[in-house]
Amino acid sequence: MLYREAGDFKTSYVKDSQTFPIKADRMAYFALLAVAFGVVPFLINDYWANAVFVPFLIYAIAAIGLNILTGYCGQVSLGTGGFMAVGAYAVYKLMTTFPDVPILIHVLLAGGVTAIVGVLFGLPSLRIKGFYLAVATLAAQFFLVWLFNKVPWFYNYSASGQITAPERTMFGIAVTGASTPAWAKYLFCLVILVALAWLARNLTRGMTGRKWMAIRDMDIAAEIIGVNPLTTKLSAFAVSSFFIGVSGALFFAVYLGAAEVGEAFGINKSFLILFMVIIGGLGSMFGSFAGAAFLVLLPVLLKNVLVGGLGWPTDLAAHIELMIVGGLIIVFLILEPHGLAQLWRVAKEKLRLWPFPH
Amino acid sequence: MKKTFTMLAAAAIAATTAAPALADLVVPNLSYRTGPFAAGGIPYADGFNDYFTLLNERDGGIGGEKVVVPECETAYNTEKGVECYEATKGQGALVYNPLSTGITYQLIPKVSADGIPLYTPGYGRTSAANGKIFQWVFNYPANYWDGASVAIKHLLDQNGGNLEGKKIALLYHNSAYGKEPIRTLQELSKKHGFTLSEIPIDSPGQEQKSQWLQVRRDKPDYVLFWGWGVMNSVAVQEAANIRFPMENFIGIWWSGSENDVLPAGDGANGYKALTFNGVGGDYPVYADLKKYVFDAGKASGAGDQSGSVIYSRGMYAAVIISEAIRKAQELAGTPKVNAAQVRDGFEALEITDARLEELGLKGFGQAFAASCGDHGGAGGAMVQQWDAAAKKWNLISGFIEPDHEVLDPLVAEDSAAFAAENNIAERCN
Repeated sequence: MLYREAGDFKTSYVKDSQTFPIKADRMAYFALLAVAFGVVPFLINDYWANAVFVPFLIYAIAAIGLNILTGYCGQVSLGTGGFMAVGAYAVYKLMTTFPDVPILIHVLLAGGVTAIVGVLFGLPSLRIKGFYLAVATLAAQFFLVWLFNKVPWFYNYSASGQITAPERTMFGIAVTGASTPAWAKYLFCLVILVALAWLARNLTRGMTGRKWMAIRDMDIAAEIIGVNPLTTKLSAFAVSSFFIGVSGALFFAVYLGAAEVGEAFGINKSFLILFMVIIGGLGSMFGSFAGAAFLVLLPVLLKNVLVGGLGWPTDLAAHIELMIVGGLIIVFLILEPHGLAQLWRVAKEKLRLWPFPH
Repeated sequence: MKKTFTMLAAAAIAATTAAPALADLVVPNLSYRTGPFAAGGIPYADGFNDYFTLLNERDGGIGGEKVVVPECETAYNTEKGVECYEATKGQGALVYNPLSTGITYQLIPKVSADGIPLYTPGYGRTSAANGKIFQWVFNYPANYWDGASVAIKHLLDQNGGNLEGKKIALLYHNSAYGKEPIRTLQELSKKHGFTLSEIPIDSPGQEQKSQWLQVRRDKPDYVLFWGWGVMNSVAVQEAANIRFPMENFIGIWWSGSENDVLPAGDGANGYKALTFNGVGGDYPVYADLKKYVFDAGKASGAGDQSGSVIYSRGMYAAVIISEAIRKAQELAGTPKVNAAQVRDGFEALEITDARLEELGLKGFGQAFAASCGDHGGAGGAMVQQWDAAAKKWNLISGFIEPDHEVLDPLVAEDSAAFAAENNIAERCN
């Protein structure tokens, strides 16, 4: 009744193919952007920035990146953590070598470096598929972590092998380092996320994205109709790694401030982001956000409810939290194997017909 | 997106209901009772909590102010550590003690910006001992470089003062924690002429076959061990399996608890570890703990850790923190101190043998006096050896002083690098 297409007339092709064809969706989208840019920065404090918003925004970037590769192009990757580490170490080396350049440029350059590394590790995808590719990317994960642990040049020969983000600014305001205001962290990540999500959305519905999906659906058929598997697969690896590299750079420089490669970018991180994509929905922009929100916010929420709200012992709460999150993952995958994005799609279909479904 | 919003809204409600009263002395306990490091995290957290419970029950707190110890689970994970820090700092936290070198590295810049002292006894960033650079960080009574030096001194004692031509292997947790002693050991190997080989073990360290194969092949005379959590018991078991002479296997203080040696049974007999605090339940403070905490049913956790090595170390951290708060109250002239005043208390803290005796902990730790430039304390540690038959750690040395001649330039160098990176000017001049 309220959520419907009726009365929303499209008079041009551009309007016909827009991202949010339904007016209510468009309004909600712009309202969300307005709140995210206009309201949240004024209310945000350190806790909300560091425990909720910044990790959510950064993981959303990583999830979009992996979704491009796995969801849109069908190439399974277990190397996400390693690629995030490339982004983090690239931004660290850039930050410390060129301290006067604005941090945004470093973050984007770090994404570029990761894209190159991603293409290198994507080369085997031309020959191998499926599980075998997963194993090849797993090798990338272990190799990259080992490399950053082994070669002291990457961590500037610090005694402990830790990398620590020095203070760097954007328009004179600290964005990295300890004295960064919460709103600056949040806005910096938000601007990058919105720009990258916009880019990804438009890539995936244009020719590039259609080629990726053709390869995903059936690579031989795609090749016959004229899709070049070399450029298509490698472009997916490049774009995906760029996103993941940017998220790794932000994860280290803005969110953590100091990182240790084995702990921050280990195999667990690869799995976490893969689960975000699977639970959110493969091949869906909204799914990337929903998956990141589910796996980042739910544990924080549960912890606050169980320990803060109900006063349970922290160990019991931590164990129960694992069980609840794990249980919910199974429930979601049984009820809706296509992820939260599909649930949302079904809900929207129902809403369009409500309250007269017949 | 609606789903995201509902979740955010729910989280908001939960977060607002979680704020406690601001009146008391708040000492957050960033603990880990889950994950691969829980074997060390549980007794430490229990010892830490129980001592503050004792102060509250017996003395009515510190200077008449009750101590509140909100606990937050980090699982030894830096992301959760950051979340815990942000979640508790708004409650008026006076000092942090995260028991994780990784989390310490994250928190050093944050506490310096927020003005909250960070106390990392026996772990964390070693060069924080230099108070001229690290205004907010304290790591007395001992740090990793002290530990490395004490271990080498112990070996020197055993070899008549000469380690020329000996082979020493360092088996370490491949993280900031495990890498800390490398630089010191390299310097010491130059000074004493032993060869050092470094063998990393990736976290969590449940699988160490290849590392021990390397030990078998290289046949080092001594193995020094920087492990934590589940990797400790695995290493002791593996050493027993290859029949490595246990008395030549020396762990840092985090690798010397009952949990680490019991699984290996008799094979662990003779294993040595350092400790910077006394072990065992013979100190008078345990009688008070039993009376006011355990018998009253107020013990933290399962209440079964009393007197264990890591428990007493958690208690030791609580003792030092409470003494620092007491000192701060004395300096500030008010029992209601804030974080900055507690920092002054840490800096002016003097622990004497007489004071330890008053606290029922005679000979438990080393006497030391902090100052503006010295946040590292005396740095001495004892060597303890495991007696598998009696299931007991025995102290086999007194406090051994580290080699300050080697350590002081290293601390100065590393802290100067930190100061240069972060544009910090030296204080105390």
